[in-house]
Amino acid sequence: MTRIFETPLYPYQRSPDQDAPKCVRHPVVVVGAGPIGLAMAIDLAQQDVPVVVLDDNDKVSFGSRAICFAKRPLEILDRLGCGETMVKKGVTWNVGKVFTDTRETYSFDLLPEGGHKNPAFINLQQYYLEEYLVRRVRELEADGKPIEIRGRNKVAALSDNGGFVRLEVETPEGPYNLEADWLVACDGANSSARRMLGHDFVGKVFEDNFLIADVVMDADFPTERWFWFDPPFNRGQSALLHKQPDNVWRIDFQLGWDIDREEELKPENIDRRLRAMLGDDVEYELEWSSIYTFQCRRMEKFRHGRVLFAGDAAHQVSPFGARGANSGLQDTDNLFWKLKLVLDGTAPETLLDTYSAERTYGADENIVNSTRSTEFITPKSEISRLFRDAVLDLAVDHEFARPLVNSGRLSVPCTYDGSPLNGPDTDALPHGLRPGAPATDAPLDGGWLLDRLGNRFQLLLIGCEGPDSLEESGVDVEVLHLDPAKNPEIGSRYLGGAPKAVYLLRPDQHVAARWVDHDEAAVRAAVRRAIAKG
Amino acid sequence: MSRLNTKPNMADADEFYARLMAAHDGLTKTQSDALNARLILILANHVGDAKVLNEALEAATNSARQQAGISGKEGRKP
Repeated sequence: MTRIFETPLYPYQRSPDQDAPKCVRHPVVVVGAGPIGLAMAIDLAQQDVPVVVLDDNDKVSFGSRAICFAKRPLEILDRLGCGETMVKKGVTWNVGKVFTDTRETYSFDLLPEGGHKNPAFINLQQYYLEEYLVRRVRELEADGKPIEIRGRNKVAALSDNGGFVRLEVETPEGPYNLEADWLVACDGANSSARRMLGHDFVGKVFEDNFLIADVVMDADFPTERWFWFDPPFNRGQSALLHKQPDNVWRIDFQLGWDIDREEELKPENIDRRLRAMLGDDVEYELEWSSIYTFQCRRMEKFRHGRVLFAGDAAHQVSPFGARGANSGLQDTDNLFWKLKLVLDGTAPETLLDTYSAERTYGADENIVNSTRSTEFITPKSEISRLFRDAVLDLAVDHEFARPLVNSGRLSVPCTYDGSPLNGPDTDALPHGLRPGAPATDAPLDGGWLLDRLGNRFQLLLIGCEGPDSLEESGVDVEVLHLDPAKNPEIGSRYLGGAPKAVYLLRPDQHVAARWVDHDEAAVRAAVRRAIAKG
Repeated sequence: MSRLNTKPNMADADEFYARLMAAHDGLTKTQSDALNARLILILANHVGDAKVLNEALEAATNSARQQAGISGKEGRKP
């Protein structure tokens, strides 16, 4: 079987830039064609911002890697034109079970509230996501959008000259130079862009190893996330079982710190572990295996002059909680419109500093959650193990201890509380939709609200009179009149008990400001504030 | 807003203390540690209020610090 990650999807092709007499300048160069780099490029191209993606490889990622995609990133991928394909192919799940030894300690149900287009979570191999993103790039190219992926184009040197970034790129046919007004580094945890520019990346190393074995098998386990503390088949450690499409199962064994990597990765040793877990008669095919260690860390700032860092290049967390790829997609969601407004000259460059402010805030939230999960899963002192075991034991009979069981706090969308872009708020409207929060989905006129939102500034007039359009400081604000009487979920989610409301939304669907009645001067001031002109 | 009650609050303090000791009777150090951890978690949940729990953590930390001879900013004067 030829797997998708063995096929070159963007093979090297000579670019006219390589033969240009003078070094060619592009508005935006993205380094890295992983999920985050591709999402960044698609988002910019959809806004007609010309973008070139450079990658030292020509294939999607090897192995399944990130497999859990949360609702908010699916909503972002919907805006990029890939969300529906993802959900159709992915495995939707809601239930998680936690076992200690052989006992079920507790289970949770994400029980998604009705009236949302996207599920709480799907599982899907990262290579599918990358394949769909590459396909979307091809569609945009066919539509004449200014987007280009250059495979086997390795960035060998990088310098920020203040007014632009200069790159030296190596190809199979020799090196060439490029310039970029802005560079977005999406080149992963070992980011060479970050290293070449000499930036910090500090945090906490967790002294533990985990073995991933993705196996293809016909198994009748339910579509649930199963997590074991101290199971008989992996004594003193943890394990995870999770379903992916195509009968692929993610199995994750904690190994401890002092191990022999090469020995552990030998097929016969992986086989021994799998048989201890699944039984001697199981038939399976090993699709991918890998041993990983992890760190929780981030760059101090995600903007350094004309270079912006996104995804794992900027921040890294443990895999517990699915906060890696999911947070990287929230980075590009935050950045695309800011970069567009700055390139257009509509907003000052300081708007890009708010990318750093908002996404370091998001990264800190993820680091806190993932560090806490890691400390619970892999206690590093006698006393932390003592309390961990006490919690697991109490959780069987005592409901109160179950919320303390931490096998990963699953990714939730970030609300940018305290952002300098946030405008006025009011207590009269639901707390969950305060400025900084992403808009909540709801059924709208037979479709979905979120399908109508994003890519531009929008003013939602809910049960409220107001203008049909608005222009402020070069920003066109689209006005949507929503009738809560015809769309009861919009009423309950956006109004709470209030009779009417006005929401100003950013192009990333986050709330910029809100009021209980329309006031044009206030809306104009909030638009200026949201583009760092206020 | 409730605060940590550090005034005498048990009707029969001697009786509670005796029961606490009895619960640990015959246990090894490891078993006693396990019992204490469970007791702390059960009582902490009963209290619930984050402010009271923080004050309790602080009071315990200061007392333990004092015993260890470390003078902290929050340490009580003798």
